[in-house]
Amino acid sequence: MNLFAIIGEALRALRQNRLRSGLTMLGMIIGVAAVVLMLSIGQGARTKINETIAAMGSNLFIVVPGATSSGGFSFGSGSVRTLTINDAYAIAELSSISATAPITSGTVQLNYAAKNWSTIITGTTPNYFAVGNWKIESGTVFTESDLRSAARLAVLGSVTAKNLFGDEDPVGKTIRITNRPFMVAGVLMAKGQSLTGRDQDDAVFIPITTSERQITGNQFPGSIRYMLVQGKSADDMDIAEIEITQLLRQRHRIAKGKENDFTVRNLTAIADVATDAAKIMSIVLGAIASVSLLVGGIGIMNIMLVSVTERTREIGIRMAIGANQRAILTQFLLEAMMICIMGGLIGLLLGIGGAWLVSQFADMLIVITLGMIGLAFLFSSAVGIFFGFYPAKKAASLKPVDALRYE
Amino acid sequence: MSSIQATHSADPLIHIENLCKSYGLQDADGKTITTQVLFDINLTINRGEFVAIMGHSGSGKSTLMNILGCLDTPTSGSYWLSGRNVAALSSNELAHVRNQNIGFVFQGFNLLKRMTALDNVATPLLYAGVNRANSRKQALEFLRRTGLENFAMHQPNQLSGGQQQRVAISRALINHPQLILADEPTGNLDTQTSSEIMLLFEQLNRDQGITIVLVTHEDDIAAHAKRLIRLKDGHIIVDKNNTVATTLHEVT
Repeated sequence: MNLFAIIGEALRALRQNRLRSGLTMLGMIIGVAAVVLMLSIGQGARTKINETIAAMGSNLFIVVPGATSSGGFSFGSGSVRTLTINDAYAIAELSSISATAPITSGTVQLNYAAKNWSTIITGTTPNYFAVGNWKIESGTVFTESDLRSAARLAVLGSVTAKNLFGDEDPVGKTIRITNRPFMVAGVLMAKGQSLTGRDQDDAVFIPITTSERQITGNQFPGSIRYMLVQGKSADDMDIAEIEITQLLRQRHRIAKGKENDFTVRNLTAIADVATDAAKIMSIVLGAIASVSLLVGGIGIMNIMLVSVTERTREIGIRMAIGANQRAILTQFLLEAMMICIMGGLIGLLLGIGGAWLVSQFADMLIVITLGMIGLAFLFSSAVGIFFGFYPAKKAASLKPVDALRYE
Repeated sequence: MSSIQATHSADPLIHIENLCKSYGLQDADGKTITTQVLFDINLTINRGEFVAIMGHSGSGKSTLMNILGCLDTPTSGSYWLSGRNVAALSSNELAHVRNQNIGFVFQGFNLLKRMTALDNVATPLLYAGVNRANSRKQALEFLRRTGLENFAMHQPNQLSGGQQQRVAISRALINHPQLILADEPTGNLDTQTSSEIMLLFEQLNRDQGITIVLVTHEDDIAAHAKRLIRLKDGHIIVDKNNTVATTLHEVT
C-alpha cells in the first residue's frame, strides 16, 4: 500500500471522529502555542539584554570609592570621595588599560526658553563617549582642550534634548544649567535603559573640569563619584583588575592588610551574569511549556489506545483483506502524527499571535526565529511518533483471527 | 486415521496433512490448559471445487476455516496452498497470501464502516499497491458485475443485507483470488436473498473456476456445493460428493 493511500485512510479515520480528533489536537495546540510563546518571550529578553550590553561598551570596569571606616563605624560604599581625577589619569597609563573616564554627577535643573527639565548631569572627559559606546546624533562632543579650558559646553542625551527642544535643533543653542549658560555642542543617539533599568538618555554631559568648578564641586577638590575603565582586551581583564587595584592601593597609601578604600567591578562579568540569567529564564520557560506538550502527547497516546481497541474489528477486516503489519502500523502512526502536526501548525500560529499580542500590550520585546518554528514542528512530530508508536504497534501485532473475532 | 477424499485431479489447490490445532489457556493458577480443536486433519481440495464444510458449533469448522484462510496458523502439520507450505510463512507473507490468493466472505459482511461500497471494494487493491484512482476504477467494474454500480457511493449502513454481502463478495473477488472462503455467508440473510447469493457463488465457481469453500450449518445451503465435508469434535467424519448419486462415506 503506498503512502498516499495510507495518508488517505488515516485522514478518513480522523474525519470520522471529528470531535475526538479535535479535542486530542487541542492538547497539542496548547502545548505548541505555549512553547512558541515562552521561547519567543525568552528570546526577546535575551535579545534585549544583549542589546543593552552591547550599548554599554566592552571590557569595562567601574571603579567606585569604597567603604571607609572611622572609629569602628563603616560609612558604606561611596561615602567618602577617595577617588580623584588624577587616579583616573594614572590608571589610563597602565599597560592593560586603553582608556578611563572619571565621572562626577549630580541632579540639575536645565532651562531653555520657557522649558525646564530636571536631569542627571555627568561631568566627565571626552573619553567617556568612546568608553561608554555612545554615538553622536548631531553636533560634536567636547574635546581635551575644552576640558583644559573648562568650557561651558553641554552634550545632551536624546530624552533631555527632546524635552527641552522638542523638534528644534539644539546644537549651538544656549541652555542654562543651574542658571549658568552652556552652549549645546551635540546630541547623543538614544541608548535605552541600562541593565539596572535607568534611562541612560535622560542625561546631560559637560567637561569634568567645568562641572567640578561650577556645578557639582564640593569640599574635596578633584574627587570623583566613580570612573569607567576600559581594558585593552577581554582576555586580560583579570590582569587589568589586579593592576588597577595595586596602583590605587599604592596611590592611596593603603598599608598591607588594610582594606581597599575603593571597589573595582568588572561590568562584563555582571553582563555575563545577566545573560546567563536570561538564558536560564528562557530554558525554564521552555521547559514549563514543554510539560504541556508532554501532557498533550500522553493524551494522544491515550486516545490512540482507545481507538485501537475500538477499531479492533476494523483492524481484523483490514488484515483479512491483505493489510500487513506495516500497513496497520503506518496507518495508526500517521493518524497520531497528523493530529500532532496539524495541532502543531495551529499551535504555532496561535503562539505567534499570542506573542504579537504580548508585544503589543505588555510592551515586551518578542523575538520569533525560524529555528523556533522548526523546533516546534520537529517537537510535535516527535511527540506524535513517540506517543503514537506504542498504540500503532499494539494494533499491528494483533492476530488477524483474534481481531476479527473481537466484538 | 484414514480419510476418504472426493474426486482427485493432479492439481490440488489445498493440501493439508496431519494438521492439528490446539489452544493454550491459562487457568486461575497460571497453569496452561491445552484444548485441542482439530485432530490430524488430512484434506485435499482441488482447483475448481465447491466444498461445503458442515458441523455443529465446537466441531472445529471455524478454526479450520481460519487456518485455510491464513488468518490463523496450525499447531502442527502442514498446509499447502497452491504448492506453498503456508504453515511456514511469516505474518507479512501470510498477509500477502490473504491479499492475493484468498477472498473472504463473512456472515456479518465485515465491511468497513463509514466507507463507501466503492472504497470497501477497492481497499484490497490499495493493500496490493494499486493507486487510489485505478483501484476505484476496478472496484466500480466489480460492483457493476454484482449489479451494484448505483450503490457505489452508499455506505454499508445504507445498504440491505443482501447488497452488503454482494459488496463483500465484490471485495473478495477484486484481486482475482483462486479461493473464496465463505463463513456462513447467508447466516444473516433471508431465504430469498440467501439463494441469490448462493446462485452467485455457483456462477463464480462454474464460470470462472474459482474454488469455493463454504462453512454452513444449513443443509439447503450446503446443497449448492458439489462436495460435503462434515466435522465433529475436530475430526472429519464425512467427506462425500454432494450429488444424489454419491453414496455417503463415513469415516471410522
